[in-house]
Amino acid sequence: MGGSAGAFKLLFRVIQDFSPELNKTVIIVIHRKRNFFSGLVKLFADNSKMTLSEISDKDPIKKNYIYIAPANYHTLIEKGGYFGLDVSDPVWYSKPSIDVTFESAADVYGERCTAILLSGANEDGAGGLLKLRNSGALTIVQHPYDAEMPEMPKAAISNNAAEYILRTEEIIELLKSK
Amino acid sequence: MGDANGNITDTQLNELIDHVKRIHGFDFSDYSKASLKRRFSRVMMLKKLDFYELKHVLVNEPQFFQWLLEEVTVNVTEMFRDPSFYKALNTQVIPYLSSFQHIRVWSAGCSSGEEVYSLAILLKEAGLNQKSFIYGTDINTEVLNEARKGIYSLRKIKSYTENYQLSDQPGSLTDHFTIMYDAASIHNELKQNTLFSVHNLISDNVFNEFQLISCRNVFIYFEADLQEKILSLFYNSLCPFGFLCLGSKETIRFPGFKSKFKVINSRANIYQKIGDQ
Repeated sequence: MGGSAGAFKLLFRVIQDFSPELNKTVIIVIHRKRNFFSGLVKLFADNSKMTLSEISDKDPIKKNYIYIAPANYHTLIEKGGYFGLDVSDPVWYSKPSIDVTFESAADVYGERCTAILLSGANEDGAGGLLKLRNSGALTIVQHPYDAEMPEMPKAAISNNAAEYILRTEEIIELLKSK
Repeated sequence: MGDANGNITDTQLNELIDHVKRIHGFDFSDYSKASLKRRFSRVMMLKKLDFYELKHVLVNEPQFFQWLLEEVTVNVTEMFRDPSFYKALNTQVIPYLSSFQHIRVWSAGCSSGEEVYSLAILLKEAGLNQKSFIYGTDINTEVLNEARKGIYSLRKIKSYTENYQLSDQPGSLTDHFTIMYDAASIHNELKQNTLFSVHNLISDNVFNEFQLISCRNVFIYFEADLQEKILSLFYNSLCPFGFLCLGSKETIRFPGFKSKFKVINSRANIYQKIGDQ
């Protein structure tokens, strides 16, 4: 899942609701300021039924975990089943960039994943979501009407990256059942 | 199949690694694959080469490999990156360092020098720069030239100001620079006790004994086995009770090292060498 300004509320609900019974892994890239220790990860961890942690380099990717991309790094996925971090230039002024992680997921997971792009004020994620769709992944964007900042979902819609455009409640329902 | 978008398959990446090793003697085999792939793709897009063209030019243009190596190994860095790290360094490591007769510091993978100069400022503010010497090493000769100059664009310096202030350092970052037109040059006093040289963490050996080694956000580019090997190099390069600092999202996970390093600050990733060599 990727999001920026305006995505927090929905992500928080997802984290609270996501069930360990689904036996899935959730990877979340939310745009974060580099020096701002917002307590975001702790807040999320305290409110989740799954184990939730911020990604460190070479962390193994486990089921029933929710992973949050750390600030000031790009997060990549290694075929060996663990995360890799990268410190290159920001993409769409963002580090972590949603595009970078989405592209990596397209390369490693292809059709084995579901990707959701949420509210945000720039186009980060649209290109990566398209790569995911072309690799067979199920791709979803939040409906621009529901997104506080509709630019991000709109960019993905205009490049045809989204197989589905869902309202907030539909996203919540989907994540309960998949 | 050649791809103009810089896409390469895993097989193609492995071919490139073998190719470079055979022709230029540089071994990328133990580099983290995902970031390496990303970097090769970027090179291909920059030069508008597909996979076959890239292989070809690597054989036929000797200068090209030098440029490619610089592009693939360059590390983006900041002054006072992770202010909480510098704060922890100040409160938990500096007091200990001040008790050593001389303080030799190694910034491994120093890139364009921002970390070296940040450490120089820290030591100066602690009154320790007279007995300190900082070695900055990197595999990339181009970036070391930049480091030696100690000149950074004003735009960059401005972007580091927040880092500096959050590190609780006195005054402002620009106090340590001479401002000229659109660039800032680090004060000579801070350059005096620094030396930049080439060193390859993979193939080169211990070259001195240090009280402090900082290797931040370099390990992320290496596979776990290589990380372990380099940790050994660092252990052997540290004086007893010397300090090792890694990047904020890099951790020592190898069971063999738990007994060799004491955790000084887990969040800032600062360790101290314990036990005999």
